[in-house]
Amino acid sequence: MSSVARFTESAREGRRVLQFQGDLVLPKLGVLPNRLDRLKGRGFVLDLSGVNRMDTIGAWLVHRTARQRDGEIVGASDGVATLLRQVEAADQPVKVRPDPPPAFSRVLGQVGTATMLAGQTMLGLLAFFGALLVSTAQVIRHPRRFRVNAVVQRFEVVGVHAFGIIGLMSFLVGIVIAQQGAVQLRQFGAEVFTVNLIGRSSLKELGVLMTAIMVAGRSGSSFAAQLGSMKLAEEVDAMRTIGVSPMEALVLPRVFATVMMMPLLAFYAAIVSIIGGGIFCWIGLDIPPITFVQRTREVIPMTDLWQMLVKAPVFGFIIAMAGCFQGMQVEANAEEVGLRTTTAVVQGIFLVIVLDAFFAVFFTSVGWL
Amino acid sequence: MRAGGEAAGKDGDEDIVISVKGLRNCFGEQLIHEDLDLEVRRGEILGVVGGSGTGKSVLMRSIIGLQRPDAGEVEVFDVPMLTAGEAAQQGVRKRWGILFQGAALFSTLTLAENVQVPLREFYPRLSEKLLDEIAAYKIVMVGLPPDAGPKFPAELSGGMKKRAGIARALALDPELLFLDEPTAGLDPIGAAAFDQLTIDLRDRLGLTVFLITHDLDTLWTICDRVAVLADRKVIAVGTIPELLALDHEWIQEYFRGPRGRAAEEAVEEAEARAEAAEGDSKG
Repeated sequence: MSSVARFTESAREGRRVLQFQGDLVLPKLGVLPNRLDRLKGRGFVLDLSGVNRMDTIGAWLVHRTARQRDGEIVGASDGVATLLRQVEAADQPVKVRPDPPPAFSRVLGQVGTATMLAGQTMLGLLAFFGALLVSTAQVIRHPRRFRVNAVVQRFEVVGVHAFGIIGLMSFLVGIVIAQQGAVQLRQFGAEVFTVNLIGRSSLKELGVLMTAIMVAGRSGSSFAAQLGSMKLAEEVDAMRTIGVSPMEALVLPRVFATVMMMPLLAFYAAIVSIIGGGIFCWIGLDIPPITFVQRTREVIPMTDLWQMLVKAPVFGFIIAMAGCFQGMQVEANAEEVGLRTTTAVVQGIFLVIVLDAFFAVFFTSVGWL
Repeated sequence: MRAGGEAAGKDGDEDIVISVKGLRNCFGEQLIHEDLDLEVRRGEILGVVGGSGTGKSVLMRSIIGLQRPDAGEVEVFDVPMLTAGEAAQQGVRKRWGILFQGAALFSTLTLAENVQVPLREFYPRLSEKLLDEIAAYKIVMVGLPPDAGPKFPAELSGGMKKRAGIARALALDPELLFLDEPTAGLDPIGAAAFDQLTIDLRDRLGLTVFLITHDLDTLWTICDRVAVLADRKVIAVGTIPELLALDHEWIQEYFRGPRGRAAEEAVEEAEARAEAAEGDSKG
């Protein structure tokens, strides 16, 4: 009945004959292709009279062997012969793999492409920023076009839903700073300055920076993925043809919501972080909460709060813009959505940290120590 | 397992490839199928028609195991797909090929690599060279240009994607081919060529084809039998003349509507022309 494909070699009238037997079908091929490849010599006779069944892959093997080694096919039944003719008709030079360029020019090409890409990204980001400003101006001129519902929905997703994770993170960061700070300050007998450390670092730097990183991870990435999939599904194109500006309907609400939510989240993060530090001071350093609060009020200048409130919306803007920009850049396939999402987060966090350094220098030079 | 299935197939008394009995599918409150029965015979091209939302694609997904029905039996090559073990199901998967509506090519692989995916999965011992050769002749066989191999799906037109999808579905030389609206979105010339391709493949390779379509020309020209899905079940199966003899409102409207008539006339005309040509050659 059904049996493994095999062939035997024999001599007949001075010619080498390959007698095929069994089913020449893909599941039954086994080592047959390798054995055929290892054959030496030319001018075989391929006898197919013992073949039960054949599929196109079996036919291809026979055809290929015959072609490469000047073989002659005999004993094919009608069905097998038809199959062989069809495979033969399909035997054309086909390019299966892209041509690999030579190594040197490939490396050079990669460097060039990367440089071009970096330049184009910067220009694109600038253009995107411009387009965003233009559509903001248009919305200010025609306030009716402002999409209140979309913005409120983003408020919820970007802001409210992030409360839990940002709160937990800030609380733990507060405890860690208090604990690590206390260990160092104890060496100088200055444990009480732990309060300064917690209050000022949380309010000025850590609260807003950690929030920015979290928002970039949560919202920046989701903006890129959402807009990217919408671009793939041609939703953005559909929107344009209907006359809805994607900038106005998709990008502006996201950017606006993030800009609005970042100061609130950063303030909340700073407060929770101070509470976490305070609890550690109470339990670990025996500083009662009343003293902690009193001391905090004495040592933190209001300018720390202003610094945070200036930085937070800018960071929010950067994160949302990086996310939306990368999302809108998606062109080809599903893999690109993932790539762009990663880029959005990396770009967002990187720009936030660079800007934070600038802010630190700036605020110091204007005297907000 | 496989040997048994093939032996049964050869005996000829068991020429049913797909058998669906008492199928029931519902999504939440919405009942899609109830008591649906369908049999597909070996070597035929079965067209499945029905209004939008009658669950044609859901039926296909139930048969190929992407949708678990709430009740009923599905047998493919005599393997009960709902109760069989993973090994038996894998054995069936080797013997079918599926073309999804949007071709569902893997977007990060080239066309040639797409064709090679099933081969690599099931036959890891095939040499790289043979894999390339197989991909090459499959690409030619479905009528794609020879330079299409290294292209990515995003670089292909809709019709080329469908052909590439067929090439992938045919990679393992399957006995059973599922086509979900293969001609949707193709121009009439491309659609006619695709119909011809389906017939060619069936005749050459002895395929059984399960074909979901809205294309009346396809139904008239290539389907051996047509199954009509309505009222949550298959209300009729038969050749189109047999279906037309039935007094069912939807069937009559479907095939007798302006589009149906045009397709019918086109087929009649072609037949008449063929007969005339035959007469000429005899005369």
